[in-house]
Amino acid sequence: MIRYIAKRTLVMIPVSLAVSMIVFFIIQLPPGDFISGYAAKMSASGEVMDAQALAKLRENYGLDRPWYTQYFSWIWGILTSGDFGYSLSYNRPVSEIIGQYMGITVIISLATMIFTYVVAIPIGILSAVKKYSFFDYFATGVGFLGMATPNFLFAIILMFLSFQWWGDPMLGLFSPEFADAPWTAAKWMDLLKHMIIPVIVIGTSNTCELIRVMRGQMLDEMSKPHIVTARAKGLPEWKILLKYSMRAAVNPVISTIGWSLTTIFTGSTITAIVLNLPTQGPIMHRALLSQDMYLAGSWLLLMAIFTLIGTLLSDILLAWLDPRIRLDRKEA
Amino acid sequence: MVQTEAQQSGSLMRAASPLPGARKALEVRNLRVGFPTEEGMVQAVGGIDLEIERGRTLALVGESGCGKSVTGRALMALQPKHAEVSGEIWLTPGRQEAQLDRRLRASSENGSFNLLQFKPGGKEMRHVRGGLISMIFQEPMTALSPLHTIGDQIMENILLHRTKNRKEARSIALEMMERVGIGNAQRRLDQYPHEFSGGMRQRAMIAMALSCQPALLIADEPTTALDVTIQAQVLELMKQLQHELGMAILFITHDLGVVAETADEVAVMYLGRIVERAPVRELFRNPKHPYTKGLMRSIPRIGGVGGRLASIEGTVPLPLNRPPMCGFYERCSERIEGVCNRQDVPESDAGPGHKVRCFLYSEPEKKGDNPHE
Repeated sequence: MIRYIAKRTLVMIPVSLAVSMIVFFIIQLPPGDFISGYAAKMSASGEVMDAQALAKLRENYGLDRPWYTQYFSWIWGILTSGDFGYSLSYNRPVSEIIGQYMGITVIISLATMIFTYVVAIPIGILSAVKKYSFFDYFATGVGFLGMATPNFLFAIILMFLSFQWWGDPMLGLFSPEFADAPWTAAKWMDLLKHMIIPVIVIGTSNTCELIRVMRGQMLDEMSKPHIVTARAKGLPEWKILLKYSMRAAVNPVISTIGWSLTTIFTGSTITAIVLNLPTQGPIMHRALLSQDMYLAGSWLLLMAIFTLIGTLLSDILLAWLDPRIRLDRKEA
Repeated sequence: MVQTEAQQSGSLMRAASPLPGARKALEVRNLRVGFPTEEGMVQAVGGIDLEIERGRTLALVGESGCGKSVTGRALMALQPKHAEVSGEIWLTPGRQEAQLDRRLRASSENGSFNLLQFKPGGKEMRHVRGGLISMIFQEPMTALSPLHTIGDQIMENILLHRTKNRKEARSIALEMMERVGIGNAQRRLDQYPHEFSGGMRQRAMIAMALSCQPALLIADEPTTALDVTIQAQVLELMKQLQHELGMAILFITHDLGVVAETADEVAVMYLGRIVERAPVRELFRNPKHPYTKGLMRSIPRIGGVGGRLASIEGTVPLPLNRPPMCGFYERCSERIEGVCNRQDVPESDAGPGHKVRCFLYSEPEKKGDNPHE
């Protein structure tokens, strides 16, 4: 198993490099660059920049060189000194910006994941056990509604309701009085309170989908012949459910944990913009619009690496859960 | 009342009961299993009687859909929830009362229990399942959980019924594995089902089923999914273990070759009824019911005259809202118009221990009589 993990980790290196190259290539594909966008903004505010000044700027930032040269100096900086380049629109190193937003992004994503699993798995299981009951129909109805509602609309509705009931739309992640305050218990409470709406909005569609998956898995597992064997041994129903059906039904769900993290990362951009969250979504969005290539490229690269690590984690989890896969891997 | 019936029919069978007045290991009286559907009740089992003595094997034979598997499941109350079951299922474990669970002891009548008095998922029934009656299934591939070790699955049974001590349970499991002929048992216990071949899995299933020394083993087509050489080994193993442990076996199968090898008595089932029952040699030598005869003709024989193998025309009708009449009427070549399709067929004697449900061997009742006896 350790050999398998080591092998997989080694394979991740060339894959990450290939991904970084593709990412960089795609980002620089649209015509123009950050400087041309900058010039357009300047001229809109009445300031005209001549071609010479622009060329000078390009030279300073190295934007006049071909894309592969730019790519190699960028990737070289990352590999040798952890330097992700310089964000042109923020006028700060990319690593600094990433550092600033990464923490909150990860907290919100993890909270959303936990919310999704804690809500979806029990409801899915109960729906299957009480198939065609009122509860099952209710969960199914709510589930389809949740899947069909666009996130931005859901966010606006929740903000409106929050404003109606508590007089606060819960925009952002901190109340103004805590925004710059040091981390105290009160500030944590404030953060938790503000996280409710984002977590629900980002998590609902995933939760609803997972309820369906879980219900289907459970129904499938509950009708397997070895469940009859267990019953014929005299095991009580609840134990059969716990030891056999549920144990087998959660496997595919758990084995996709790795990917779902990235889905939440990338899927929450619109929600983050609507709710004014200080997470990576809006930053990424703006970086792409302004062709801030190093910032955008670094985010995408990190995302790709997260996906790779997530997939590896999923595979390890699945091997740990399923002996058939585990033994297969042992020989590999 | 039932007791005297049992004694009467018992005198026809070969061996006498161990105690005077004691019941056989299993006695089933008028068992019915129905499935309510929107169009009406599908009567999968339409009132059958069965009895098996300790240490003997009864083969329940019939084609797919005749209700034989449903019967086997109903004996352990494993039928689907919506099924309606009635009749009597008397189990006589034949062991000291003190060894039995307190709840079971309370409902015992001279050491016998009517299993239908228990709730299907209730505590009493769960003591019966795995403890007093065990079952092995057709598909050893899917009847074991792929996520748990063989040892864990065998020990589970032992821990439920015999001991609470894991170490002791493991040593019993080990002994059972060796007994069913699985070599290197110590290591095999910690392996998973996918590391076992089909025959080995079925041996493990047998080890699991017999680990608590049940009074009755229900084998639901245990060799159908195995190839012929393995099939013979598994049958031989079951016979040998039956000899050692003395349990009764209900062998559900559609394979007459297997019946000839394993059974002491045979019951032929058709459309939810037992149409003929007899000791195995008597049945093969002297089949009475047109359906049994048809079955016999469809066995290939060495040295037989060339030509096509006989088959029975038509298919089994759906047992839905059927009027009282012979179930085989539509496909029978010897049917008596106006008799077989007018009334229920009673069971009649056709020799020592040989009973058949056919008007060729009994006088139909006069018109105006109650066709239901």
